[in-house]
This record gives sequence, C-alpha cells and structure tokens, in this order.
Amino acid sequence: MAAVRLWRWRCRCRALLSRPAGAVRAQRGLAAGPEMHFGFQTVTEEERREKIYQVFETVAKKYDVMNDSMTLGIHRVWKDILVHKMNPCPGTLLLDVAGGTGDIAFRFINYVRSVRQRQLQRKLKHNQNLSWQEIFESYQEDKFNSLGDSQVVVCDINREMLKVGKQKAQRLGYSEGLSWVLGNAEELPFDDDKFDVYTIAFGIRNVTRIDLALQEAYRVLKPGGRFLCLEFSHVSNPLLSRLYDLYSFQVIPVLGEVIAGDWRSYQYLVESIRQFPPQEELKAMIEDAGFFKVDYENLNFGIVAIHSGFKL
Amino acid sequence: MEGWHQLYPGHIPTSPLQKALLAAGSAVMALYDPYRHDMVAVFGETTGCLALPNLRDKMRNHPEGYRILQERPRIRLSTLDMARLQGLPDGSLGREYVRFLEDNKVSPDTRMPAKFVDDEELAYVIQRYREVHDLMHTLLGMPTNMLGEVVVKWFEAIQTGLPMCVLGAAFGPVRLSTRKLQVLATELVPWAIRSGLNASCVLNVYYEQRWEQPVESLREELGIFPPPAVRV
Repeated sequence: MAAVRLWRWRCRCRALLSRPAGAVRAQRGLAAGPEMHFGFQTVTEEERREKIYQVFETVAKKYDVMNDSMTLGIHRVWKDILVHKMNPCPGTLLLDVAGGTGDIAFRFINYVRSVRQRQLQRKLKHNQNLSWQEIFESYQEDKFNSLGDSQVVVCDINREMLKVGKQKAQRLGYSEGLSWVLGNAEELPFDDDKFDVYTIAFGIRNVTRIDLALQEAYRVLKPGGRFLCLEFSHVSNPLLSRLYDLYSFQVIPVLGEVIAGDWRSYQYLVESIRQFPPQEELKAMIEDAGFFKVDYENLNFGIVAIHSGFKL
Repeated sequence: MEGWHQLYPGHIPTSPLQKALLAAGSAVMALYDPYRHDMVAVFGETTGCLALPNLRDKMRNHPEGYRILQERPRIRLSTLDMARLQGLPDGSLGREYVRFLEDNKVSPDTRMPAKFVDDEELAYVIQRYREVHDLMHTLLGMPTNMLGEVVVKWFEAIQTGLPMCVLGAAFGPVRLSTRKLQVLATELVPWAIRSGLNASCVLNVYYEQRWEQPVESLREELGIFPPPAVRV
C-alpha cells in the first residue's frame, strides 16, 4: 500500500516538473492560473519568490531584534515550547528548514546537551563503585560526545539569513553538531528517508508551494519521523482577533520602519499571516502529504499554532 | 493596503495612529542613534502637517515659488551639469555649491524621498526642502560638521517652522563641546536667528536658474546677513 502511494507520489512529482504550472494546479484542485498572493497583493509565482527573497535579504540583520520587538520576546517562548514538544533524545538528526538565524537549531542543541548531561550523570551514579582512574577515563570518552551524536542541519533558501545564523552560532559558541545548507523547501537537496525530525518555524508561510514543501518534508523524513510546524495562525476569539489586527496593522509596520528602516517588509509580514491557511486547513494539507496522526496545538489563542504529523 | 491609495511613487499611506507612533518612535530612534538620518526624515514627514501647508502657501503666493511648484525641479547629480558649475567663477553660487559638495564629500543624491506625507504637492515641498538643504549650507557658509548642521537647523527652524528643524536645533547642541557651545550661543545662533527672521522664504528661490549669481549678491537679495568671522 505504502509502495503504491509512494509510486503515485513520485509520478505526480515528475509530472509537476514537466507540465506547465497552471494545468497541474487545476488538476490538483488548487487555485487556477499562475497568480498568487504576496501579502494582499496579487503576483505571479516567480514574482512572489523574488519578493520574498528580497524581504528576507533586507531584514536579515535586524531579524532577531525585530522578532523581539514585535512579539515582546514571546517568540522565544513559542520556540522553546516547540523544542519541548519535540523532546529530542541524543542521537536525533534534525532538519530545520527555513531555519535562517538558527533559533530552533540552538535550542535543539541546548536541549539535547542537557538530556545528555542527565544521561551521563545517571551513568555516573551507577559507576560510583569504580576507581578514580576508571571514572576519569569514562569522562574522556564522553567528552567528545556532549551531544550524543545528535545533529541539526539548518536549511534556508536565503544566503543572508544563513550568514546571520552562522555569525550568531560563532558568537554564541555553537560549533559541533551544526550544519548550514542553502536549499529550497520545495526541493530539498537531501536524499529520501534521512531525518528523524523535520521542523519549520515561521517559514512555511513564505513558501510559495506549501504542498510541495510538505511533500518534500515527507520524503526526507525516516519512517517514524516527525514533522513539526510552528506558524502564525488564525485567532477565532472575536475580541482578541480585533486587538491582534489592530496591533498587527498599526504597530508592527511602524516598528519595522523605526527599528529596521523597512516598513514594507513588515507590512508584508502581517498581510501574509492573514493570507495563510487556518489551523484545520493546514492540518488537511499535512494529511494530504501523507502524514499520520496530524494534530495541532494553539498557542496564545491561535496567534501561533504548532502542527505535528508522523511519517509511518 | 498600499497600492490603492498611493498618491506618488514611494508613498505609504498611514492612519493617524500610525503617524503618531511613527513620530514618537522616530524621535526616540533619532536621538538614540544620530546616524539614522532616515528617522530624522520620517519625523519631519509625520510632524510637518502644519508647517508644510504653510510653506506651500508661501510658495504659491510668490512668483518664483509658484513656478517651482509648477515645474517641480529636482536637484540631483543626474540633473546637475557638474562640469559647467565647476567652470563658473569663484564666488558664484554654482561654483561654491560644487566646492561645498567636494569639501564635505556629500552628494545631493542621498536625500530620502518622502514616504508618509499624504499630499502629493506637500511631498514635493518637503523633498524640495531636503534638496535645498545643501544650498543652505553654501549660502550660510556652514560645513557639515555637527556645529555647522546645528546652525543651519536654527536658520531652517525659523524659516520653515518644521518641528523637525526645531528639535534638531534644540537637541543638536547636546553633543557639542563647551567651547563650541559657547561660539554657538554667543555668535552663531543669534546670527542664524536674525538672518532667518530677516530673510524671505528660501524655498522661493529657483536656484537652478541662479548658478551664475554671486553668493554675496544672493545673500543680500534674500536678506541673509554675512556670516560671523568664526571657525566652524
């Protein structure tokens, strides 16, 4: 069954790459024509990719500062919750797509390190009857394994964001277990069945073909692997929704202008959040890509949602 | 949100709340980081709602100013004939302007276009004010160091009434040394104020048609008193 599904998916993929976009989209029941949204504007697919690339190229250096200002630091909590939900154990291979400035990657490393620490401490407790020499030797072999063979690959389509991420890693002292790869979420430069976990935090909104990104996620995950997506979503509570809209449209572009000197990119940001599919729709898209046990968790009344799925 | 109400290229329509937030935010940022010239520009645009129409009316009621509003000349490297200006005799507006640009290593192309002014004519007025700023330096004989800029801001504050100039004039001196402050307070500012009050509106001069005119003659015509003999 799975083999047939895989085969069918592979055929679709090949068809996609050879047929004109419009026909395929119509066949798959997606929006007809090459027009897409860029915030509240209508543009072609190619234009959208270009514009988004430029947005992140411009904001890269001020990305982290802006995140802190816009969300009043709460984005840190959201990302912490994502990694806690992931609950990685040492030895996990994580692919963080659209991982740009490395926030998820660094948290992953910290988490795995602390789990590893606890593992080693437990091991030590069992070894309390060993001689000093033997204990010392056991330190030596574990010293080079503080991550327990865990690794994270940070993949981003934007060179500037990766650059900022690498500089941050150096500044914060992260060296082992990290790889930085330039790549497109719609067409990942990785082989099938490679990763234990795939995360995409605040990135899937900027992908032009979300369905392709989800298919790629499915492809590169190992069987048993987990898909996790952290993204802005829809607030259903009407009062909160009004306040959220007011804040988004009135304050955020102003913050963008004052802090980053760039109104337009942050205008795009708030518009793109409104254009993104709501929780249930995204859940359906993830299921379409082949994931099982797809679920979502709203954070802050739906301002942000974590979607999770498994490749079985 | 933007494309439908754009009055001129680069225009970003803003609500009153956004303008208020921008004014406050840009003021704070401009004071915090003086290199953020874009913040000074934004502050000027969001707080100029009274001064700009005033300036525009002054221009409308003056024959030369009216012509400027009609023809909308822009001072840019692409529109200036640098070679010709350099060839003009010493002491002429054109020659001194080019000398000023070279000595201070500035270019007329670094002026920010207007973004938050919700009237296309007023956007031009503030653009004209920005582009004429270097000519102010030339007319007043002030370099682009902190002291020179503050003096020009005092003059412009009197002339235009723009809150941005007023704030620049008031807060600019904060970073100056005591000796410079003394010179500023005793000689330069009184002169700038007297000249500003006495002079006719500097935006009513079609500078592009007066490159050959000697600077002294233009000063006299406008009513700007000769600059004090101090090192700035």
